[in-house]
Amino acid sequence: MTQPTQHLRDQAATFGLSTEEFDILVERIGREPNALEAAIVGAMWSEHCGYKNSRPLFKAFPTEGPQVLQGPGENAGVIDIGGGYGVAFKMESHNHPSAVEPVQGAATGVGGILRDIFAMGARPFAVLDSLRFGDPESPRTRFLLNGVVDGISHYGNAIGVPTVGGETIFHPSYQENPLVNVMALGLLRHEDLATGTMGEVGNQIIYVGSKTGRDGLGGAVFSSADLSAASQADRPAVQVGDPFMEKLLLEATLEAIQAGLVAGVQDMGAAGLVSSTCEMAYRAGLGISMNLNDVPTRETGMVPMELCLSESQERMILVPVPGKEQELYDLLAKWELDVVNIGQVEDHQNYRLVWDGEVVCDLPVDLLNEAPKYTREGVENPDIIAKREMDLSGVEMPADLGAVLTTLLSHPTIASKKPIFERYDHQVMTNTVVVPGAADAAVMRVRGTQIGVAATSDCNPRFVYLDPYTGAAAAVAEAARNLACVGATPLAITDNLNFGNPHDLGVYYQLQQSVQGIADACRALNTPVTGGNVSLYNQYVEGDQKVAIHPTPTIGMVGVLPDVTRHVGQHIPAGPHSLYLLGELGQGIGASQYLGTVHGLEAGQVPALDLELHRKVIDGTLALIREGLAAAAHDTAEGGLGVAVAEMLLGGTQGAGITLDAPAETRADALLFGETHSSVLVAVPLGRETAAEARLSELGVPCRLLGTVSEESGERLTFALPQHSLNFSVSTAALKQAHSQPLRDILA
Amino acid sequence: MKTAVIQFPGSNCDTDALEAAKLLLDGDAQFVWHTETELPEGTELVFIPGGFSYGDHLRSGAIAARSPIMKAVGAHAEAGGYVLGVCNGFQVLTEAGLLPGALSRNRDLHFHCAPVHLVVENADTAFSRAYDKGQVIEIPIAHGEGNYYADAETIGRLETEGRVVFRYKDNPNGSLNDIAGIVNEGGNVLGMMPHPERAVELLLGSEDGRGVFESLKAK
Repeated sequence: MTQPTQHLRDQAATFGLSTEEFDILVERIGREPNALEAAIVGAMWSEHCGYKNSRPLFKAFPTEGPQVLQGPGENAGVIDIGGGYGVAFKMESHNHPSAVEPVQGAATGVGGILRDIFAMGARPFAVLDSLRFGDPESPRTRFLLNGVVDGISHYGNAIGVPTVGGETIFHPSYQENPLVNVMALGLLRHEDLATGTMGEVGNQIIYVGSKTGRDGLGGAVFSSADLSAASQADRPAVQVGDPFMEKLLLEATLEAIQAGLVAGVQDMGAAGLVSSTCEMAYRAGLGISMNLNDVPTRETGMVPMELCLSESQERMILVPVPGKEQELYDLLAKWELDVVNIGQVEDHQNYRLVWDGEVVCDLPVDLLNEAPKYTREGVENPDIIAKREMDLSGVEMPADLGAVLTTLLSHPTIASKKPIFERYDHQVMTNTVVVPGAADAAVMRVRGTQIGVAATSDCNPRFVYLDPYTGAAAAVAEAARNLACVGATPLAITDNLNFGNPHDLGVYYQLQQSVQGIADACRALNTPVTGGNVSLYNQYVEGDQKVAIHPTPTIGMVGVLPDVTRHVGQHIPAGPHSLYLLGELGQGIGASQYLGTVHGLEAGQVPALDLELHRKVIDGTLALIREGLAAAAHDTAEGGLGVAVAEMLLGGTQGAGITLDAPAETRADALLFGETHSSVLVAVPLGRETAAEARLSELGVPCRLLGTVSEESGERLTFALPQHSLNFSVSTAALKQAHSQPLRDILA
Repeated sequence: MKTAVIQFPGSNCDTDALEAAKLLLDGDAQFVWHTETELPEGTELVFIPGGFSYGDHLRSGAIAARSPIMKAVGAHAEAGGYVLGVCNGFQVLTEAGLLPGALSRNRDLHFHCAPVHLVVENADTAFSRAYDKGQVIEIPIAHGEGNYYADAETIGRLETEGRVVFRYKDNPNGSLNDIAGIVNEGGNVLGMMPHPERAVELLLGSEDGRGVFESLKAK
C-alpha cells in the first residue's frame, strides 16, 4: 500500500494540492485517498472553491444590515429593495479562460453568473461587465477585447438579459492577464427566495440541463495557478457556452421554484458536479450518495474523474420537495431538458460516489468544504513604496492645458464606451431607464412599482497599486458616489478580488490591505458585503520574471431609488444651468490618470479618503436630485474635475464657463486633473441656486459654484483660474471628437 | 383587442410584447406556447416577439416557423387576422412564407442595439395609420441579422404596392432600399426589425412605438 500512496503524494501537485495538504488529507481521513478522492479534494480546496488564502481575511467584512436578506455563503447575496421585492446580485471573474479563449471565456462568464442568480429564485434582469485589458494599441489587446465583447454579446443577447453597464479600463499590467468580471442582478419576490441546500434525508438529487462532456476539465485548478505560455495547452479547460440551453434552464428553474417544487437548487459552476453537490450537502449538514453511471454524458468512455470535475456549462442540481418529484419532472419536460435522478440525501456525514456498483469516493462532507486556511504577514514591495513617496513637485506644467483635456478624453479608459455597448442588447426586458454611458450608474425600473434599482462596478487599479488600503476603500466610495449620482441610495456590495499569486508576500499584502479598506469603507457607508468572488494567480510567468496584475478589487454595488422617475443622468440637458462642485477640489496630481497619460508616471500619494465627508456628499447629491434641484450629476474620477465637466457637456452642444478660484499654491494641473474621492458635480437649473445652496448648507455639504452652462458659452468649454492667471478653452465639438472615436478604432 | 403572444423556446421579448399589448390594447393579451395547435378563441392579433427562438440554430426563425402553432397563425393570417412580427418575429414570418424576402447578417457582421430613426412610408396600413406619412419616429433596434433582402422583382412589387411601411433614415444593417418593415399583400401581416414595444413609455426613453398599437386599436 505504501508504494501507490507514495506515488500519489508525489503527484499531489497535479491535483492542485501541495504535499503538505496531501498529508493533512491523509491525516484527517485516517487512510490513503485514491486518485479520484485526491482530485476531488484538490478541486474543493482550490482557491476558486475553497478560498484557502482569502477566507481568513473576510472576517473583517461587515455582512449584516436590515437590508440584507441573504448574506455571503449562498450562490448570491440578496437585498431588500422594498415593496416585497429583493435583488439577488453577485460578481464573478472569468479571467483565466478569457486570457486563452476570449469569446467562450467571456460568454461562459456571463452564463455562470446568471445561473448563480436564478438559482436564488431571482429572474436575472441586468448584467454589468468590468473589463480590463493591456495596451490598447497592441494586437493582443485588440484580439482579446474583440473576443470578449463578442462573447458577452453572443451570450447575453441570446439569453435576453440586458447588459446595462460596467467599465472598460486599459492598463499595461493586464497585457497578458486581462480581467473579465461579470456582475448580474436578479429580481425576486421575497417568498421565492431559494437556497442551495440538499434539504432533508431521503430527498432526491436531480441533474438537469446539458450533458456532461470533457470541456472545462479541471477549470477550478487551472484558474488557481499562474498563467504562462503553456496555458494555451489548457484550452480544453475552457468551457463552451450555449445560451439557448441556459435560457431553457432559466425559465424551467424559475417556474419550478415559483411553483413550490424545489427544496434546494444550485448551478454546477467551478469544479462542476462535485462542488455544487458538496456545498449543498454541507449547508444541509447531511451526507449524500450519487451514482456516477447515471450522469448524462455527451461523449463515450468518460471516467469518474471527468464526470466529477467537468465544467460543462448549463447544468443545475435540483432537489425536489418530497412528494413533488413527478410534478417537477413534468414541468422540466415541457422545457425539453435532460432530467436524471442521480442520487439521494442520506443520514450520514459523507460524500459518497458510486461507479459500476463500487464506492469510489467516500469522504467527509466537512473535510471537502473546510479547506486548510493560510494566513501570512504581507510585506509591501519596496519599489511600490518608493513610487508612492516620489516627490512630484518637479513634474513640468504642460503649456497647453486644453490639449491635455482632449488627450485625457481620448484615452481609451476615459473615452466613450458606446462602440462596445451598442453590441449588447441593453434594453430587452423593457426596464432600462438609463442606457449605458448616459449616467454614472445603470438604472432599471421594477415594473408595476415606483421603485428603481441602480447598479455600478468600480475599481481604480492605480489607486490600489499605490496604496491598497485607500485604493480599495476608494473603490467602494466611488461605487457609492456613482449610485448617488443617479439618485439611488447605496445598499450593499459584492466584490471580485483580482490579485496576483498570494504566496508572494507583496501580493498578499495588497490583498490584506484591500480587504481591510473595503471593510472599513463598507462600514462607514452602510453597504454590507453580501458575497463575492476571489481570483488569485493573475500573473504571468515569462522566463523567470513574474508579472502580476495591478491589484483589482472590483466593487459591484446596488442601490435603490424609491421613486424611479426622480433620477438624473450625467449629461446636462438643454437650457441654462449653474454647475456646482459638492465636496473637495483636487489638491495633488499623485496617482492620477493625468500623471500616467501625460507624464508617463505612475507614482505619488493616493488622495486621502474622508469617509465622513463622503457620506455628506452622497447625502447632498441625493437630496438635490430627489427634490428636483439637480438636472444632472456626475462624479469626478479618472481625469479629475476637468474631464468630468467636459463629460457633462457631451450630451448637447452647450458650452460652459468654469472658474476655479483657488490659491496659486495648488498647481493648476492638480485643480483641473487631480483626482479626488469625494467630489460630485451637479447641474442646478437656473433660478434654483438659492434653494440648492440652502439645502446643501442644511446638510453640511461643502460646495462651490463653478460656473454656468448655457448657449451663451458659445459651444466652448472655458476654464479660468484667476489666481493662476490662466485661461483656456476647447470647443465642445473637439471634446466630442476626442471622446467618441478611440474605441471605434480599437474594436474591429 | 384580443392578443396572442407566441412563445417559442428562446423567445426573449415575449414579456415585453405582452406588457405593451396589455398597456395599449385594452389589457386582453396572453401567451401561447409553441406546441399549441390552435389560437385562443377570438384572437384578433397574433404578436410574434423578438428573441433567439431555438437559439437561432439552422437559421434565425427557421425552426420556429415550422412549430405546431405556426399552422394556426398561417390560417389566422389567411382569414385576414392581424399578425405582427418584431425582430425575430419578422424573421419567423419570412421563414414561414407569410412575408417575402429574408433577413441576413448585418452588413458589418455585428449586433447593433441603438435607437434608430424610421420614416413612415405608408400611413394607410392597419399598423401605421396613427402616424403621418413621412413622419420620422425613433424606435430602438437590437439585432444581428436584420439585413433585409429580396429579389429585384419582389422589391419592386413591395415598393409599387406601398408595402414598405417603415424605412431606415440611416441604414444600420445594409437592408435593401433601407427597408425596416413591410406588410403582406393583404396588409394584415407586418414584419419589422425595430422594436415598437420598447418605445411605449417615456420613462424608457421614447413613446414613438405606441403608434403601431394605436393604429391597430383604431381599426
